[in-house]
Amino acid sequence: MLSPINVSLESLNLITLAPMLIPVVGALLILVIDIIKGGLDKSLYVVLSILFLALDFSALLDSAGIFSKDGIMLGVFDVMLVDGIAILAQFIIVATSILFIPLALTNKRFHEFSYPEFFALFLFMISGFQFMVASDNLILIFVGLETASLALYTLIAMHNRDKSFEAAIKYFTMGALAAGFYSFGAMVFYALTGSIEINQIATVLAANGYADIGYVLVGVVFMLASFGFKLSVVPFHTWTPDVYEGSSAAMAGYMSIVPKIAAFVVAMRIFEFLIHSGIAWLEVVLWVLVVVTMTAANVWALVQTDVKRMLAYSSVSHAGFVMAAILIGSTQSNSAMFLYWILFSFTNLGAFSMLWISRQKELPGYQKTDHSFEKFSGMIITSPMAAIIMAIFMLSLAGIPPFALFWGKIYMISSAVTGGYTVLALIMALNSAIAGYYYIKLIVYMFMKDPIVSNVDNNGKLYVANATLALKSIIGFAIIGTIFAFLAVDPLLEFITAFVYNSGY
Amino acid sequence: MLDHILSILIFFPALAGVMGFMIDKGSIRAYGVAVAFVEFALSLWLWFAFDSNVSGMQFMENIALIPSFGINYILGVDGISLFIIILAAFFTMIGIASLTETKNEKNMIITLLFLEMTMIGVFSALDAIVFYVFWELSLVPMLYIIGAWGGPMRIYASVKFFLYTFAGSLVMLVGMLFMAYFFYQATGTWSFAILDWYRLILPESFQLWLFAAFFVGFAIKVPMFPFHTWLPYAHGQAPTIGSVILAAILLKMGTYAFIRFSLPLFPDASVFFMYPIAVIAIIMIIYTAMVAYAQKDVKQVVAYSSVSHMGVIILGTFALNVEGITGSVFLMIAHGVVSGALFLLVGVIYDRRHTKLMSEFGGLAHVMPRYATIFGIMLMASVGMPLTINFVGEFLSLLGFYEQSHILTLLAGIAIVVGAIYMLTAYKKMFFGEVTKDENRNLPDVNKRELIALIPLAIITIWLGVYPKPVLEPINNSVEAVVQLMHNKSTTEEAKSRIPNVSGVVISKTSTREAH
Repeated sequence: MLSPINVSLESLNLITLAPMLIPVVGALLILVIDIIKGGLDKSLYVVLSILFLALDFSALLDSAGIFSKDGIMLGVFDVMLVDGIAILAQFIIVATSILFIPLALTNKRFHEFSYPEFFALFLFMISGFQFMVASDNLILIFVGLETASLALYTLIAMHNRDKSFEAAIKYFTMGALAAGFYSFGAMVFYALTGSIEINQIATVLAANGYADIGYVLVGVVFMLASFGFKLSVVPFHTWTPDVYEGSSAAMAGYMSIVPKIAAFVVAMRIFEFLIHSGIAWLEVVLWVLVVVTMTAANVWALVQTDVKRMLAYSSVSHAGFVMAAILIGSTQSNSAMFLYWILFSFTNLGAFSMLWISRQKELPGYQKTDHSFEKFSGMIITSPMAAIIMAIFMLSLAGIPPFALFWGKIYMISSAVTGGYTVLALIMALNSAIAGYYYIKLIVYMFMKDPIVSNVDNNGKLYVANATLALKSIIGFAIIGTIFAFLAVDPLLEFITAFVYNSGY
Repeated sequence: MLDHILSILIFFPALAGVMGFMIDKGSIRAYGVAVAFVEFALSLWLWFAFDSNVSGMQFMENIALIPSFGINYILGVDGISLFIIILAAFFTMIGIASLTETKNEKNMIITLLFLEMTMIGVFSALDAIVFYVFWELSLVPMLYIIGAWGGPMRIYASVKFFLYTFAGSLVMLVGMLFMAYFFYQATGTWSFAILDWYRLILPESFQLWLFAAFFVGFAIKVPMFPFHTWLPYAHGQAPTIGSVILAAILLKMGTYAFIRFSLPLFPDASVFFMYPIAVIAIIMIIYTAMVAYAQKDVKQVVAYSSVSHMGVIILGTFALNVEGITGSVFLMIAHGVVSGALFLLVGVIYDRRHTKLMSEFGGLAHVMPRYATIFGIMLMASVGMPLTINFVGEFLSLLGFYEQSHILTLLAGIAIVVGAIYMLTAYKKMFFGEVTKDENRNLPDVNKRELIALIPLAIITIWLGVYPKPVLEPINNSVEAVVQLMHNKSTTEEAKSRIPNVSGVVISKTSTREAH
């Protein structure tokens, strides 16, 4: 006979769950509305999602307030861990989601947005990511990761094209493999230390002085492979361009930001204590991974003929760049990572939205893929405003000052300099030059080539075919954020540094 | 208004550029000229208000941008940057005024206005990151100008120009971040302010590495041999206006940056690298002169001659004494005026004949006497004839370097004289002899629009050649401060002896005091 367990409700600290539960409630409400009255317009669901995410955001603001006053919060049998980096990551996740969801309000009708389930899944996914970052329990991380990933696979498949199914299946298979690796890694760590809490693992390993270094190596390799898939680190990146190509531009842009920041935070939790424990080979492995990911992805991006695939490789390269933060492991580098990702999400939001509003339903003869470079030929003549905006996003991605990403870049490179990684800093800088080539390639097409005749005839409408007021405001928002980022960097930096530092990273 | 004159100078053209989108296509040229004229007038006012007796920075502005990382918006001018700023405003003005019929004229003029912003920004920035922002940003309008209005290989040329310079400046950026980190280690605060960096004395080994990092960025921009390969393409393909601005202003960013960053920040390293760089400069002068002699295309002749003269500027800079550096700064102005004018002149004939091959011309002096006269004046200035603007700069540069090494100066001097050969040959081929081609018989002489641009340049060329004092004096004052700073900062024996102590001038701390 088991004795009943008595737990006081206060000790559970259920408030730590609030930010994750809000989107879940929203998702359920959307499903309930659909059951009661079907056939409602997508705008309803979009606005409902935004409202729930706004609630989520304000709950996060609350947590942030508590954190800056009382420090790290634990809850629900210490499974939940709400520290500075968890809050920062959730801010990025929720804010980016708020900005991306209005992209559903297109001019043309797209299949997936007519289902309320799309929005419900979207909200479930966000909740999953939030759980993932706000825990140091390997099992809860796994649950969050899988909730989010399964929802994401479905969202991709809902785009309802041959390529989308291919993309979803590819992503699913790779994701399943990564999940397998993850559970193996977690198992090894559990076997070594008898705990599934990362800080416990760290303590136990440190206490016995990394006696079983061979097993630690096995566990780390499994973990690295798993996060390699999630972060699309070379050589685990092969799914990325195909999946991006198959999903809608809006979804692809979303995927380049949100899942990765979640994975970065978990990677930070797992790998940083190992790096700081002075395991030399892990440093070497990470160094090689970072450099190869940055460089190889950049080289592949050079030869792409489709803008979306090019941006896919570019986002792999950006992920590699940011991975350097985990390698360097100082407060400055971790702050640089968050700063970089915030600025990156603005720029990428804009770039992918620009692709999204130019999305055609049927492709003309000269165009082999949705967003081939040829499509953008002579855009400055037919639709100058759109061309300039797109060019600014490209310049920002290339790291040309004073646009957003430049500030993230110098702070990151500076953290490499400060951390003593001179060669790495130089490689990071020179990679920007390689990357410059393919971003400039799009600018060359837009500004220096002659327009294709049919585009002149329809007066450049092609590039804004999908645009509605909502989409235009999102792009306006992104462009203002990209150009005037230098005004926001200082307050952001102070906020981020305080949060990262107080969480002990 | 004078307190913020530099910000106004920087952002007025940019604002006007944004507003330019609203102007009707037909009226855009008048708008461009008006804006550029106002800008030029403002820059003259800056000169008027400038106190030539002060050697330090004037009209300083300081706004915190990212204080937690030491990045501030700091501006200021001294005698070194003042005249390059005026030159930039001047060339943008005459560039727009003399613009010949181009497609998409509106885009061109708006681009030029943005380019003007970045140029003036580079020369007035006193914060390394702000400097870097304008430095990189200046690539974008130029990329567009070459790529959209250039010749048949324009895209290759523009992308090569962009990537080459971009790669170089990224290495420089890493150098800047290191510099800021060393400053942080020394003082405990982050700072990218150049005047703060001036106070930092680094050990020689650090200086050498940092000098090398900065050198990559600057040398590509200048461009120094062997990094010059992008320039002939850029010049060959660029439209006239692009070549003019590129030669007159953009290349000066590199040589200016040497004086602003490399010399005062790394005096020991500058002495250490003096001979290697002087050798490169002399190779540059001789080699590009020989290449220029072999060209069939008159624009390429001008382009290579312009590289050749940049070699003299570098040589003067690395004389590391007051005469040499003053001469090199003056030569920057002179080179801007003269090579800008030469590119404009090549543009004139290209508009008429749509070819730049010298074999297509001959006997033009009969057909276009006024054109031949102006071309002659500019050519004489280019080969450094006394009483022209170039002579003053070249003479002072060589005089300065003579104190460091007799042999190298002699070599450079001979090279300059030999350099006259290719220019005179080119002139002979184009202007003297009989008119051989029928197409050339009825070419119209320079028209009013072209004269508007060329006459002022000819006047400046002779005026500053005869009486350079109004420009030379402010330059000299500021250069003395730089040299004194270098002398005080240098740590090695050799550097102390190579860099003269400018006696009797109490200036070494002026610049730093004004920063705070």
